Amino acid sequence: MNTKVTLAGVELKNPVMTASGTFGSGAEYSEFYDLSALGAVVTKGVANVPWPGNPTPRIAETRGGMLNAIGLQNPGIDVFVKRDIPYLQKYDTRIIVNVCGKTTEDYCAVVEKLADEPVDLLEINVSCPNVKEGGIAFGQNPQALEAITREVKKYAKQPIIMKLSPNVTDITEMARAAEAGGADVLSLINTLTGMKIDIHRRTFAIANKTGGMSGPAVKPVAVRMVYQVANAVRLPIIGMGGICNADDAMEFILAGATAVSVGTANFANPFAAKEVAEGIEAYMKRYGVEDIQELVGAVK
Amino acid sequence: MKSREFAAVIEQKKIATDTYSMWIQTEQIAKDARPGQFISVYTKDDSRMLPRPISICEIDREAGKLRIVYRVVGQGTDEFSRLQAGDTIEILGPLGNGFPLKEKKAFLMGGGIGVPPMVQLAKELDCEVQIIAGYRDELFLTEELSAAGKLYIATEDGSAGTKGNVMDAIRENGLSADIIYACGPKPMLRAIKAYAEENNIECYISMEEKMACGIGACLACVCQSKEVDEHTHVHNKRICKDGPVFLSTEVEL
Repeated sequence: MNTKVTLAGVELKNPVMTASGTFGSGAEYSEFYDLSALGAVVTKGVANVPWPGNPTPRIAETRGGMLNAIGLQNPGIDVFVKRDIPYLQKYDTRIIVNVCGKTTEDYCAVVEKLADEPVDLLEINVSCPNVKEGGIAFGQNPQALEAITREVKKYAKQPIIMKLSPNVTDITEMARAAEAGGADVLSLINTLTGMKIDIHRRTFAIANKTGGMSGPAVKPVAVRMVYQVANAVRLPIIGMGGICNADDAMEFILAGATAVSVGTANFANPFAAKEVAEGIEAYMKRYGVEDIQELVGAVK
Repeated sequence: MKSREFAAVIEQKKIATDTYSMWIQTEQIAKDARPGQFISVYTKDDSRMLPRPISICEIDREAGKLRIVYRVVGQGTDEFSRLQAGDTIEILGPLGNGFPLKEKKAFLMGGGIGVPPMVQLAKELDCEVQIIAGYRDELFLTEELSAAGKLYIATEDGSAGTKGNVMDAIRENGLSADIIYACGPKPMLRAIKAYAEENNIECYISMEEKMACGIGACLACVCQSKEVDEHTHVHNKRICKDGPVFLSTEVEL
């Protein structure tokens, strides 16, 4: 039975990884299981300098999910390279570093610093506001998305995953823009912008007013978008959005995802990502599937 | 060491309005737990994904039992309050750092649902233990607290003890201490921090914030720290992992 998948020439032992921001750099979860059980660890977003993040409260629970506005608190690339990458190297898993920034130059600076690091893939979070363009996210404008993809590719030595925002009218337009800019892989979906009001305090449940919605409540939207993108571009896809178990993961794979990420479910169950990897194997056994790649996009 | 367990409920009791006491049987967590630590408690309803962080009230290490005393504030805690002896409850813990145990004349100051962690702390401290418990009106856990130290009570409505808050109770009784341990609402912690710093008293406060992972990964529950934090190298300590107990001079409230 083969659970290996390949993303832009990088082979993963299985298709399961962690969604950026839900898993730190793995250390907190390694207290529960050996990270070598995962195809890859995707780190929390890292910028060129430390970011303090947003005021609290930063999260709120919603039915079937949650909202977060952590504000990409991170220690900056220099600390990250010294501390987090060597930590992850101890495990037999692929290392994917998620990169965030406020300007194109910020992203390129991080990507350049990672060029000679033992990192397998880079994932670019384009849901951050572009401060030079009035704060619209890079990933919400096809021209901006294509341009930043092209710029980042100039500095990158590793293959580039562009992480698409679902907060757009037509996700396929964004997928095509990233492909045109030279992206190697696409990942989707990032969180859906939402809001919750605390009716007792008569204020917003999170200090930032809006937050990114994640968890099983968003899964049907995510599966639909993965299916649309898989039919619009030739790039491999990492599917995510509300995956809690192997059944959820299989929906994404059948819809066209080569790999999947487990995110919010890590909060509900620290073993979630490992259990998804085991569950995919169980699914393959149950249906006599020899190679997981046979199932990628099998539902047309 | 943190463990995830499906613990058995031994006993559940309502001890005041919306306030419940639950004893649970654990495999490992009670053996590892220290006063001031907390556990994550998961609901059975999948539509509520996040764990509820609940402080540990009492620990029976030999029998492997834990007691949590919690307030029903929403549907998650409401679900917990309906569990009965024999039911199971999914928990993760022990989490956080807990209170340091020092042999100094101490104030243990708890306000409202910040009172419960003072029970185990009082039982483990080997010093002069003065417990100052503040309530709105209804009292709870007073028997356990009186058994573990000298108990002073403050109530907002004056129905028992000093009328006012825990600071009023200290003044009315002319009390003094060389160390303070505190848990309660932010305005109370702010007043205690100011008092401790004015009088140069070592003071440990237990903080709370909305949490997601409970183990230090998601960075939801940060508080502002004086010194640069170890994780991000900014001024944000993680309440779930670096805390919930902080030296009062270490954090901004």
